[in-house]
Amino acid sequence: MPLIPVVLWTDALVFLLLAVIALFAVWAARHAHLRAPWLRVLHSRVGIATLIVLLAYGSIGLLDSVHLRLKLDQPDAAGDIRYAPEVLSLLDLILSDLRTQQEKTYSAPFATHLHTKDALNQPDGTVLRTYPRLQYGGAHLVDPERDRWDDITHRALTGLTKGAILWALLVVALILWQAVRQQQSVSAVLGCILRGRTRLPWRTALSTLLLLLLLVGGISELALTYHVLGTDKVGENVLYQALKSIRTGLLIGTLTTLIMLPAAILLGIMAGYFRGWVDDVIQYLYTTLNSIPGVLLIAATILMLQVYMSNHADAFASLVERADLRLLCLCLILGVTSWTGLCRLLRGEALKLREIDYVQAAHALGVGHFTIITRHILPNVMHIVLITLALDFSGLVLAEAVLSYVNIGVDPTMHSWGNMINSARLELARDPVVWWSLAAAFVFMFTLVLAANLFADVVRDAFDPRLNRV
Amino acid sequence: MSESLPEPLPESQAEPLLQITELTTILGNPAQPLRVVDGLTLTLDRGETVALLGESGCGKSLTALSLMRLLPDSGRIVAGSVRLAGTELLTLTEAEMRQVRGGQLAMIFQEPQTALNPVLTVGTQIGEAVRLYQGAASEAVRSRVLTLLRAVGIPAPVQRLTEYPHQLSGGMKQRIMMAMALAGDPQVLIADEPTTALDVTIQAQVLRLLKSVQAKSGLAMLLITHDLGVVAETAERLAVMYAGQLVETAPVAAFFAQPLHPYSRSLLASLPDANQRSGRLLVIPGRVPPLDAQLSGCRFVERCPNAEPRCHQEHPAWRTLADGRGVRCHRVDELSIHPAPPLVVASANTTVDSAPTPAPAAITPETPTPAAEVQVPLLTMRGLQVHFPIYRGLLRRIVGHVRAVDGISLDLYAGRTLALVGESGCGKTTVGKGLLQLVPPTGGSVRYRGQELIGLSHRRLRAFRKDLQIVFQDPFASMNPRMVVGDIIGEGLHALRILPKRADRLRRVAELLELVGLDPEAINRYPHEFSGGQRQRLCIARALALDPRIIVCDEPTSALDVSVQAQILNLLKDLQEQLGLAYLFITHDLSVVPYLAHKVAVMYLGRVVEHGPVDEVLDDPRHPYTKALLSAVPVIDPTRRRQVIQLDGDMPSPRQPPSGCHFHPRCPEVMAICRHHYPVETRLGTKRRVCCHAVAAGLTD
Repeated sequence: MPLIPVVLWTDALVFLLLAVIALFAVWAARHAHLRAPWLRVLHSRVGIATLIVLLAYGSIGLLDSVHLRLKLDQPDAAGDIRYAPEVLSLLDLILSDLRTQQEKTYSAPFATHLHTKDALNQPDGTVLRTYPRLQYGGAHLVDPERDRWDDITHRALTGLTKGAILWALLVVALILWQAVRQQQSVSAVLGCILRGRTRLPWRTALSTLLLLLLLVGGISELALTYHVLGTDKVGENVLYQALKSIRTGLLIGTLTTLIMLPAAILLGIMAGYFRGWVDDVIQYLYTTLNSIPGVLLIAATILMLQVYMSNHADAFASLVERADLRLLCLCLILGVTSWTGLCRLLRGEALKLREIDYVQAAHALGVGHFTIITRHILPNVMHIVLITLALDFSGLVLAEAVLSYVNIGVDPTMHSWGNMINSARLELARDPVVWWSLAAAFVFMFTLVLAANLFADVVRDAFDPRLNRV
Repeated sequence: MSESLPEPLPESQAEPLLQITELTTILGNPAQPLRVVDGLTLTLDRGETVALLGESGCGKSLTALSLMRLLPDSGRIVAGSVRLAGTELLTLTEAEMRQVRGGQLAMIFQEPQTALNPVLTVGTQIGEAVRLYQGAASEAVRSRVLTLLRAVGIPAPVQRLTEYPHQLSGGMKQRIMMAMALAGDPQVLIADEPTTALDVTIQAQVLRLLKSVQAKSGLAMLLITHDLGVVAETAERLAVMYAGQLVETAPVAAFFAQPLHPYSRSLLASLPDANQRSGRLLVIPGRVPPLDAQLSGCRFVERCPNAEPRCHQEHPAWRTLADGRGVRCHRVDELSIHPAPPLVVASANTTVDSAPTPAPAAITPETPTPAAEVQVPLLTMRGLQVHFPIYRGLLRRIVGHVRAVDGISLDLYAGRTLALVGESGCGKTTVGKGLLQLVPPTGGSVRYRGQELIGLSHRRLRAFRKDLQIVFQDPFASMNPRMVVGDIIGEGLHALRILPKRADRLRRVAELLELVGLDPEAINRYPHEFSGGQRQRLCIARALALDPRIIVCDEPTSALDVSVQAQILNLLKDLQEQLGLAYLFITHDLSVVPYLAHKVAVMYLGRVVEHGPVDEVLDDPRHPYTKALLSAVPVIDPTRRRQVIQLDGDMPSPRQPPSGCHFHPRCPEVMAICRHHYPVETRLGTKRRVCCHAVAAGLTD
């Protein structure tokens, strides 16, 4: 085998989450009361545009969640096959150029020379302090001063064209598929899409996709020969760092909710439905948890974990595994501190629902407590759960950045927007200023959080019974 | 359309106070507008009360909002004119209109609970209205507010000024609303279902107050209501609205003597009445047509018993008749020659209707089974108590009890209906839930076929769940919106493992749907696809799924329109005859009681005050509360109207019931003993029980 797969803890949870989402999708498709609001989400223009952005982020995160170890070329002394010790993801393999083309230290976006002066030994034996040429960035240029901008423009245009061609192929495929499905002529389908007369807002979807593909095409073409977003202190490509950070951000946003969800739903509904001492115990639990400052709890846990890890260094096969465990712990502790809000909401809702006539009727029909909870109460609070999840997601992505900034977030070796911002603290104090790490982290995070927030708004509106009659 | 306008006053001297001409309002998306008010023409004179009558969804409230120009954002007035004392209202600017609203044209709303701001005191809220129209100094405002509060009959107005809306009862809040409406000395008062949310005794208070205010100030009043009884007692003229159009206008007396439009006739005929006991209520089939459709013919044609081909094609024009009447019907001439033929056909044995003699008391009551009295009761309830503890303070100590139900004894017999009557807050719903053990009773006993139900565990109760079922008041809240009809109705069969296989269950559900008069195709649909009446049928089907012996009907018709109510009452009656069910029929609406019930128990503040056969209790009430309750029910037939016994104040809180007889603070016949001792039960004959000192004293004398 040329490689062996490595399944990290968080990878396993990501796949579990995917399975849950897939099951939910199948289930929702079969129930009119769930299908209708989700169709409304898809039929909204903001909904579909943000969904495409989120899917783009999601697929990068997913590629980064398939981990493996490559086979080494030489077998070891005993002749057994040896595998490289470093754990790579599919994304690493795709971006292996970006990953391996390390410069010496800082360089600005599209630069051909380092950001800092260095002493160069001239062939004539003198030492010259100047900005040395980059090893990879713009290395093919003979005279960077003269050729650089022409070359960048040329390559950018090539990349944009490639993106546009790819998009055009997709559009043709879509139109043909629609024409066959609706049994209409190609021009009729095209006309409908152009005039925005389709039920799914294809025009918006395709425009978003065009924008995305142009961006991907241009950047990937340029990234072959330049450091598009510059390099950081150790010469690592910032674009690569930002892309790798996507997985961290998404994981924090989704795994945390996955972890807190069962507790919040179960305890919230139990408290509201059974009332009495059950309610007292659960309320006591979450008021206590709520009154401890969240940051304190997180700091304590992460610091304890750090001590444990340094004492048991040999328990971890690789750095990646170690960082992964820390990420998982962070998700866990964030989950522990964030379930109380949803739990409170659900308790209130269950208190209301338990008195409603159809629950009373179920009692009168002799239906058991468990069935009442799963059949009558849970489906009727699901919209609250979905809305909370969507709204919490962006908050958690931002929380990661803040926690990493105060050094109690993810492992320093792990790529994350928080770590990038953390390092930017010193970079901004330099002269001339190193602004690109911070800017890259900001743009990537901003796009994700904005898309998630807009999407959450659309989801909330779609599920709001006052805005739509089901 | 060349419609002649109705002229209520043949040789009207001057322009009427309010003249609405061809008012047309549309609602919703402009591409497919709903014509919610369509060419409405109506006049209103000083000192006159005109009732606007119709079922829900006919556009009554939107007419009122159009007059006030307070339509929701999606609504627009597209044609017509509204002239108030010579001023055209529809062309006024918004600023000018604000002066008119409240100044000349005031409105009171249906729901007093939500129309007042809960964080402001009553005085502030009325004062705000006064200041707007008078701009007076604060001392003058205060005295004006006090005058208004006195005018609407609020006791101790000075104390009320500093109270908040939650400290007042529903009737009080409606009075406050009226005081605010009167603050600007309006000429026209629009009352949108002002008493629908109130109990009958309070309704009587409010209606009387409205009349007296009108008599003093010469207000013109547009009374919007669906209650024919209220119309008969308060209005001089009425206008019947159907699907956005007026179908008939007439003076009230003439209308009730002989309604002309088939819709008006059906509406009158579907009112339950003691005379219709052995018959069936007339049912108007179908429902109000959707207003977005292009309606070519008469809007009532689908439900009309007298429809002919012309009605389907031609839109009937407005016809002005003699005596200030008008009607929109092609066949009015033929129909008015034969007075009320459709009614007699529909309910053959109710011809007594036309006889104005007081209801013959005992024509039907004992006909079904004279042996019923010897029968063993299916269920006996003795001294049932449901007390809810009140917790206070940090340690949640019990500081008192809400005595929602305080010692109720009832018997239910197979094939018989016991009506439990009382005003809201008297605990009647709690009795039903306590019977089914949906709220745990705190005392007494409920024995079903000799087996005590109180104190049984959740699991042991399941054996009895099959036999005891319930139908709720609100058909919109009583079904899980996330389940299909097949699963909702089959839920009990599944839970009690009577039919564990889904296919068997669905077969049984299809039978049940058939039984309650619904299409078995409904199995795979969701509750929101059904109308209120259909949903109530679904709820009845769910209750019937387990073959129960007893069904508690908790106000099953109070959320429904009159015509739909008739359908449900007929269905309940048929099912009782077919299946020999026992009903505990809980209601606040005394008019349905004689139609359905065999016995009646009147509840006041958690206790039964009078209990006996329906005809005896309703015709010869003994307890002062029963008397007052009955006298407050609005009656259509003027010859059967009783003198309304006015009850002062509201029902006290069940937290601190008055000492002695609970009713003594409001009782017109109160005696000294009533203040100290709760009366013991007095038996009148074999079947009647009354709890009243006056009755007991009358017997011993």
